[in-house]
Amino acid sequence: MVKRFFVFLVLIIFIYQLLPLITNFKPNTELKHIANEYVESGPQKVGASNLVTSVVVTYRGLDTLGEIAVLFIATTGVGFVLKNKKEKKKTLRPASEILQTGTNFLLPLIFLFGIYVFVHGHLTPGGGFQGGVIITSGIVLLMLSNISFKLNHMVLNIVESLSGLSYVIMGILGLVLAAGFLDNGFISLGKFGTLFSAGAIPIIYSIIGFKVGSELTGIVEKMRK
Amino acid sequence: MLIINFIGLLLIVVGLWAMLTQKNIIKIILGFSIIDTGIHLLIISIGFIKGKTAPILDKAVEMEKAVEKVVDPIPSALVLTAIVIGLAITALMLSYAVQLHKMKKSLDINDFEELKW
Amino acid sequence: MIQVIIIVLGIIMLLAAILAIYSRNLIAAVISAGVISLFASIIYLLLAAPDVAMTEAAIGSGLTTIIFLFAIKKIKEDKEDSDG
Repeated sequence: MVKRFFVFLVLIIFIYQLLPLITNFKPNTELKHIANEYVESGPQKVGASNLVTSVVVTYRGLDTLGEIAVLFIATTGVGFVLKNKKEKKKTLRPASEILQTGTNFLLPLIFLFGIYVFVHGHLTPGGGFQGGVIITSGIVLLMLSNISFKLNHMVLNIVESLSGLSYVIMGILGLVLAAGFLDNGFISLGKFGTLFSAGAIPIIYSIIGFKVGSELTGIVEKMRK
Repeated sequence: MLIINFIGLLLIVVGLWAMLTQKNIIKIILGFSIIDTGIHLLIISIGFIKGKTAPILDKAVEMEKAVEKVVDPIPSALVLTAIVIGLAITALMLSYAVQLHKMKKSLDINDFEELKW
Repeated sequence: MIQVIIIVLGIIMLLAAILAIYSRNLIAAVISAGVISLFASIIYLLLAAPDVAMTEAAIGSGLTTIIFLFAIKKIKEDKEDSDG
């Protein structure tokens, strides 16, 4: 009884502090200060059609580096906490025929769609994170429909480590050959709106797509066995 | 918009109440995931300007007149990072829950009292 | 018109959140949390943020539900191993 009363007290103080978000809320009518600067001079300096991509990869590139570091720490933590000591022999039922036929038909299309999303990240909505998650869900479909599917752990480790290393190497190339760390100006900004524009952004997003895909596959594989 | 601020705030309150009063560890982790969704709704609703469109430049939105026609792109970039980090933290918490169940064979949080004084 | 759609989606999201907390069946609770993320993705599309809508639909209502269900399966297997 006393515990419920304290929980109610905490919630009422919390709502009371956040209430000005609803009562004194004046919505924006135009872009201000930094958003104005990013939208006005973004397309000329960075060269990408998708303004959110130019903010994520170039203007706030250090935040993306921090996010990749957090994903790596979480994957290491999951791999360290879950240990399987003994091999259990269990008999699993094979999957039904609809699932197997459907997987044979859909799997190349899912991988192709994932690669399309992260290669065209600077022209259409999308990018590295979305493409990586689509590839991971394709591999989960393969795990569910094929019982004797064994993932090659060596290939997964090599892909993940090489992607992380090449992301930092691209950043250092930007520092040496262009204006700063993770700048994309050391490859020429082509014609605005085509596939080979925006300098190094397609290459950086492809590297991020492979890294996110292989890390999330490692997490799901560890939880499955 | 004002109504989305209200929905986001209610989701945060429901998630916080679930984290404080439930006894099953899996329900506590579900409450954490609901708090995450509420916070992201609140952040994107602050960057919205009425009558303007998505921040992608193509034939509909030209490069010179983009300043008067696009929504703020900065909250989208922040929330993109936050969603992926939320998934990583939820996966780590679930692996802790599986390991705790192996130790004591129970999912009730009142059974783990080695750290109480 | 858009206001009416947003109010209906908001009410469904709150009902799904209350169902996720008070239901006895763990699997029903996890799927209700996936439904919350799905409707939040529709609201992001109405707020002119297509990148965030794609990310939330793939991660929130795809991978989070899968990881929860794999964890519950591992707990049930462990319980059967030690009982029987």
